[in-house]
Amino acid sequence: MIVPTLDIRDLRLGFRTYEAYVEVLHGISLNIAPGERVALVGESGSGKSVTARIVLGLLQLLRSARISGSVVFEGRDLDRLSARERQRLRGTRMTMVFQDPTSSLNPVYRIGTQFHEVLRRTEPRINEHAARERAAQMLLEVSIDDPDRVFESYPFQLSGGMNQRVMIAMALANEPALLIADEPGTALDVTVQAQTLKLMRELVEHHHTSVLFISHNLGVVREFADRVYVIYKGRIVEQGPCASVFERPGHAYTRALMAAVPRITGGGLPDIGDEPRDFSQPLVVHESGGYA
Amino acid sequence: MSPPLLEVHGASKVFRLEDREVPALLDVSFDVREGECLAIVGESGAGKTTVANLILGVYPPTDGTILMHGEPLPARRRREHRRAIQLVQQNPLSTLNPKRTVGASLRLALDVHRIGERRERPEIVATLLEEVGLPGDFARRYPAALSGGQRQRVAVARALACRSELVVLDEPTSSLDVLVQARVLRLLEELKPRRGLTYLFITHDLSVVRNFADRVAVFEKGRLLEIGVTEALFAEPEHPYTRRLISAVPVVSREEELVRDRLAEGGLNA
Ligand SMILES: Nc1ncnc2c1ncn2[C@@H]1O[C@H](COP(=O)(O)OP(=O)(O)OP(=O)(O)O)[C@@H](O)[C@H]1O
Ligand SMILES: Nc1ncnc2c1ncn2[C@@H]1O[C@H](COP(=O)(O)OP(=O)(O)OP(=O)(O)O)[C@@H](O)[C@H]1O
Ligand SMILES: [Mg+2]
Ligand SMILES: [Mg+2]
Repeated sequence: MIVPTLDIRDLRLGFRTYEAYVEVLHGISLNIAPGERVALVGESGSGKSVTARIVLGLLQLLRSARISGSVVFEGRDLDRLSARERQRLRGTRMTMVFQDPTSSLNPVYRIGTQFHEVLRRTEPRINEHAARERAAQMLLEVSIDDPDRVFESYPFQLSGGMNQRVMIAMALANEPALLIADEPGTALDVTVQAQTLKLMRELVEHHHTSVLFISHNLGVVREFADRVYVIYKGRIVEQGPCASVFERPGHAYTRALMAAVPRITGGGLPDIGDEPRDFSQPLVVHESGGYA
Repeated sequence: MSPPLLEVHGASKVFRLEDREVPALLDVSFDVREGECLAIVGESGAGKTTVANLILGVYPPTDGTILMHGEPLPARRRREHRRAIQLVQQNPLSTLNPKRTVGASLRLALDVHRIGERRERPEIVATLLEEVGLPGDFARRYPAALSGGQRQRVAVARALACRSELVVLDEPTSSLDVLVQARVLRLLEELKPRRGLTYLFITHDLSVVRNFADRVAVFEKGRLLEIGVTEALFAEPEHPYTRRLISAVPVVSREEELVRDRLAEGGLNA
């Protein structure tokens, strides 16, 4: 049997706040095979980013978070690792690209310095010259063709999309086993997005990298991912191969999502009611959806 | 055809760094007509946000002029201009003050721009919330306690509070899920004629542009390549670059794939 890169079972999460205990995840199960691209899509606030932050071992550091269930990464149960061991995985075996590049890039350091820092995580002795060369190569691959200007720049001197491409280049530079991309394309234009996704796909294929891909753009998900999980209010409501879920969405929530996508063929904005509807239908699993 | 609300004449913007210059915008001219939604599309770094910042008066153009109602906009904007041109951004958390309730933020906009009588203002705040589809008790909430879509509605309410004429929308819905996006876009569509608004809509999402904008301006590397009525531009993109943009749009169905690929080959009639 193949060991999945990531195997999440019955993951539950709640937050203790001043007023109350709020449950956010109600038992999520999700797995990713080596080299597989898996997308997680769904409502805003449904629990996509918190799931990613648990896999990265970040929410475990938060005192108010109550987490149960298991997260197994490359055969190792994250619960059995020390905070230090989890920290060592971050940025090396698993890397991430976040929604908002301004929160991940440090505003007071030039890009060149930050890139050097990233490469030092796996190669502590890499010198500035070698780091520049490697970084320039990565930047070219995300179609930044004047790496020198970018190295000299502070984040505020670059456009939103350029910052995001820099982050993607940094996340791919250490050849991780798992790349977690949370809304990686929101600040990217379609052509760069297409190129970036192509690059991400090539990397996945060459190095057998797995990807957990979180996005609101269903078109991008359809073109990028092998499999998709649909999440609604902290529960997985549907999962299966992309082709099948997009052609035959089974759950009422998935169908509502699909209907809300504006079409390039025109026809006006989709007409959806104002009332939130009841989507409390059981899980829909498509054939060959996962192997666990 | 309605008269222009805003005219951009030969605008250029060059940023000076320590040892080099970055030409972000090169001799760009276009106008935004009263009551229309003009979309600005183009690759990352094409200069879209720079155009928005020139119009908002964040910084002056290196060259060229911008007119509103036929009058040149001064480099230092008067209160009147700051009121008339409002921005709604991708991430409203960065523009809404986290320490102020929704109601206090809206109230402040009314106070600054001296809109309505003092004692009418609480009433106006309530009406504004209603107009953007939020319950009245949201006035007491802080931004952190709102969802992304709700924050976007508050940002729209603030633009309305100012009785603005031109709203610059910079990727207003790209951090929202598609259901919420559809609701926010519908709201914007309804408000436009009702409140006599004009939109400058900056986005990467051509599928949204296709269904939301009246006209589209395509930018590449600081230049304006083509501008035209949405339907026509999508049916017959003039520039190979525009075709390339369209051909890269990710879609959700086979039918769209076929139409998109035909567009990319040179228009529906090719
Ligand atoms: N530190 C925290 N304390 C309390 N509640 C939190 C905390 N972090 C997240 N939440 C709540 O957990 C829920 C899930 O949040 P999450 O960020 O995972 O949503 P998401 O699916 O990523 O949404 P989006 O698509 O808008 O990014 C939300 O209701 C959010 O308010
Ligand atoms: N304050 C600044 N200092 C120096 N260069 C800048 C500054 N602001 C923008 N630029 C440069 O100007 C060019 C255009 O940037 P702009 O932000 O307008 O792009 P954009 O079209 O909005 O891109 P995106 O879609 O990625 O947001 C880029 O090359 C950018 O690096
Ligand atoms: Mg999120
Ligand atoms: Mg921009």
